[in-house]
Amino acid sequence: MSFLRITSPHGHSPLNTAQVMQAVLLATLPGIAVLTWFFGPGTLINIVFGGALALALEAIALRLRDRNPQRYLQDYSVLVTSTLLCIALPPYAPWWLVATGILSSVILGKHVFGGLGYNPFNPAMVGYVVLLISFPLQMSSWQAPRGLGEIPGVTESLTALFVPASYDGVTMATPLDLLRQNKGLLLDDLFSSTPQFSQWAGVGWEWVNIAFLAGGAWLIYRGIFTWHAPLAMLLALGLCAAIGFDSGSSESGGSPLFHWLSGATMFGAFFIITDPVSGATSNRGRLIFGALVGVLLYLIRVAGNYPDALAFAVLILNFAAPFIDQYTQPVTYGHKPSREDDE
Amino acid sequence: MNTVFNMHGGIHPKEEKHLSNPGTVLDAGLPPSLVLPLSQHIGKPSSLCVAPGDHVLGGQLLAEADGMVSVPLHAPTSGTVVAIEPRPVPHPSALNNLCLQLECDGQDRWIEFAGCEDWRVETPDSLISRIRAAGVAGMGGAGFPTAVKLMARERLPLQTLIVNGTECEPYITADDTLMQVDAAGIVEGAQILAYILGVKQILLAVEDNKPAALEAMQKAAEAGGDDCKVMTFPTKYPSGGEKQLIEILTGKQVPAGGLPADLGIVCQNPGTAVAARDAVCFGKPLTDRIVTLTGRALTRPGNYRSRLGTPIEYLLTVAGFDPTQNRRLIHGGPMMGFALESAAVPIIKTTNCILVPTEQELPTPPDAQACIRCGLCAEACPASLLPQQLYWYARAKDQEQLERHHLADCIECGACSWVCPSHIPLVQYYRAAKGMMRESKTEKIRSDRSRDRFEARQERLERETLAREAQRAARRAAAEQKAAEGGANDPVAAAIARAKAKKESPSDEGADS
Repeated sequence: MSFLRITSPHGHSPLNTAQVMQAVLLATLPGIAVLTWFFGPGTLINIVFGGALALALEAIALRLRDRNPQRYLQDYSVLVTSTLLCIALPPYAPWWLVATGILSSVILGKHVFGGLGYNPFNPAMVGYVVLLISFPLQMSSWQAPRGLGEIPGVTESLTALFVPASYDGVTMATPLDLLRQNKGLLLDDLFSSTPQFSQWAGVGWEWVNIAFLAGGAWLIYRGIFTWHAPLAMLLALGLCAAIGFDSGSSESGGSPLFHWLSGATMFGAFFIITDPVSGATSNRGRLIFGALVGVLLYLIRVAGNYPDALAFAVLILNFAAPFIDQYTQPVTYGHKPSREDDE
Repeated sequence: MNTVFNMHGGIHPKEEKHLSNPGTVLDAGLPPSLVLPLSQHIGKPSSLCVAPGDHVLGGQLLAEADGMVSVPLHAPTSGTVVAIEPRPVPHPSALNNLCLQLECDGQDRWIEFAGCEDWRVETPDSLISRIRAAGVAGMGGAGFPTAVKLMARERLPLQTLIVNGTECEPYITADDTLMQVDAAGIVEGAQILAYILGVKQILLAVEDNKPAALEAMQKAAEAGGDDCKVMTFPTKYPSGGEKQLIEILTGKQVPAGGLPADLGIVCQNPGTAVAARDAVCFGKPLTDRIVTLTGRALTRPGNYRSRLGTPIEYLLTVAGFDPTQNRRLIHGGPMMGFALESAAVPIIKTTNCILVPTEQELPTPPDAQACIRCGLCAEACPASLLPQQLYWYARAKDQEQLERHHLADCIECGACSWVCPSHIPLVQYYRAAKGMMRESKTEKIRSDRSRDRFEARQERLERETLAREAQRAARRAAAEQKAAEGGANDPVAAAIARAKAKKESPSDEGADS
């Protein structure tokens, strides 16, 4: 009788790529839930709409590239991309904004380069930056959080998505905007005089960040990615903020805690810069990658003119990732530097 | 109880060691005929000293060692040599190799063995020749001739002998079983090897998932003397890899391209230690070994003492093979073993395990998906390589980068493939890439050689031309001188001489122009 001939190893760990992607999707749930609580169902509706669109686009792209859509769609990667993009988009964005973003992410960010595994840039951030540059107004109008403005219901949210002209929501400057535009107020005064601020950071935002932190911690615990990049990014951001804090003067860039719990910090640290495809490879490389994202994030937040700086920081570092890889190769067994000298 | 160091990476696959009930040795029995490959070790095949039709006794020499790196082969029972011809042997590429078929006569009569009374009074060289004569080759998997490994003592100062009872591969319990049933034999064998090597320290390494073996070894080590020390460490694959084990036990790394002997260390397998003891103390050649027959497609899995050359199909029958759920037959363990195409191959000196899993137990891998650069492979790699980078470079056939990323240091343990969520057969890419690099290295040597030959030829031709020119010049000078001398006396004679000189070297004239 003839047996099947396959090369070793014959066993395999129970984890596969689809499960990795599913775990990431699952870990976004706490963050999405908190976003929905504070800002209404807009994000959720964007995610569903964007996800459906992304699946369709991926299937078309795969067909055009002569790949079997059924097989490749099962890896869930496009849902991760679309979900991450839609989390970053303002809730109650018009449908064409979401569609343009998904199109840019899936086609421009991913399939143009050869699909999953070949994209040099984080696809979600490609989509986000395309929108930010093309439609700055729509991209910087963020719904006021629960308690400060009225939260739209599902019908209103759907109207906002599909009949944008008839929707008139309550938008408000985010805490990051307020801090950047602050001229003259001491930090304490700014916090006490503006309703968007709360004890640590912004109303709602601090809980959004804590929820994404929790999801990320779970992913690290599951071994989906390592702690290196997120920790390095948060430490670097904290360090920059500590230096720029200026004891809370009117010139202050905000406290480390404020930066950790504002905007897309935790979302970025655990869901964006941990994208393995466009990040650095080795653990040492990930430390450098994360730290540089943290520094850029702070600099662009404080000196730039955008609602948040994550997308730019990440894309710039995506450029640098192969370069970082080049210089952070781990020392192979038996190649200790002392021995390399006499080789 | 002992200090051990950490190795990089590693994985924790399901151990499945309980399946084969470690600690009990079953008898595989005597098959109707044995097939003995002449190459069961690393090095040159043994050279035959029997012919078809010969009747041999158990323990009788069938083939001699051919050269330094080779071992002899002995009859595992009495019977008649019926055929000497190429047969399929257990090899990853399903090779045919010269084999000797021995029809067993069922009487199992043996020659008399003569061991040495007290090995402590023998010289190391005489002990080495006893081990060589008994056909002992490394029984852990590589099958390197033990006598050759022992000669490391002549080149380098050695301090430590490590008996590698780690057995980190899932499923396999052959060494575990041996440690439980013959710990004293292992310790004595280790002491013989240590004596030959001139080392004072013997480390008996046992992973902490084998408490019974550990206890047995500890008892035997205490009885054996002060030089033996049992070391235990956490279970992790592949801590039993020679280089990994050395790092775990000593904290030192074997330099790239070097041998453990460079650190003053020699590693041996427990089975090899017992075989060396048998060779030295009883004069008994290596003719059988413990083979773990395991997997859920067997109804009677276990550790079977099997004669070398026993066909695997015979062993499968003994262990109760149920083919309905099985697709794969694996020689070795699930991590580094290779799949056999047919069960009509014999077991050899390096066969520690025959694994016959059900499809549910070790499913056929799905098609590979795209690499998402997740880096789990780099986390798992015990050699601290970047497996995914190597994968990209292997696909691109970028030899320069493969070398820069130390492909040669890959031990092919399979940890990277095991963790890869995209089911990419990474190790297979590295094997292919290593083959490609070997080939291009040979190609380079060959082209270097022909360039050297060409240059040497050019040089020779040039030299010859110069020599010819010099000769011609000398002749011309001589003729002119003669003419000058003779011209004063006789112009006719001078003219004749000139014509003669010209006639003598027409080809030179031609070459000149």
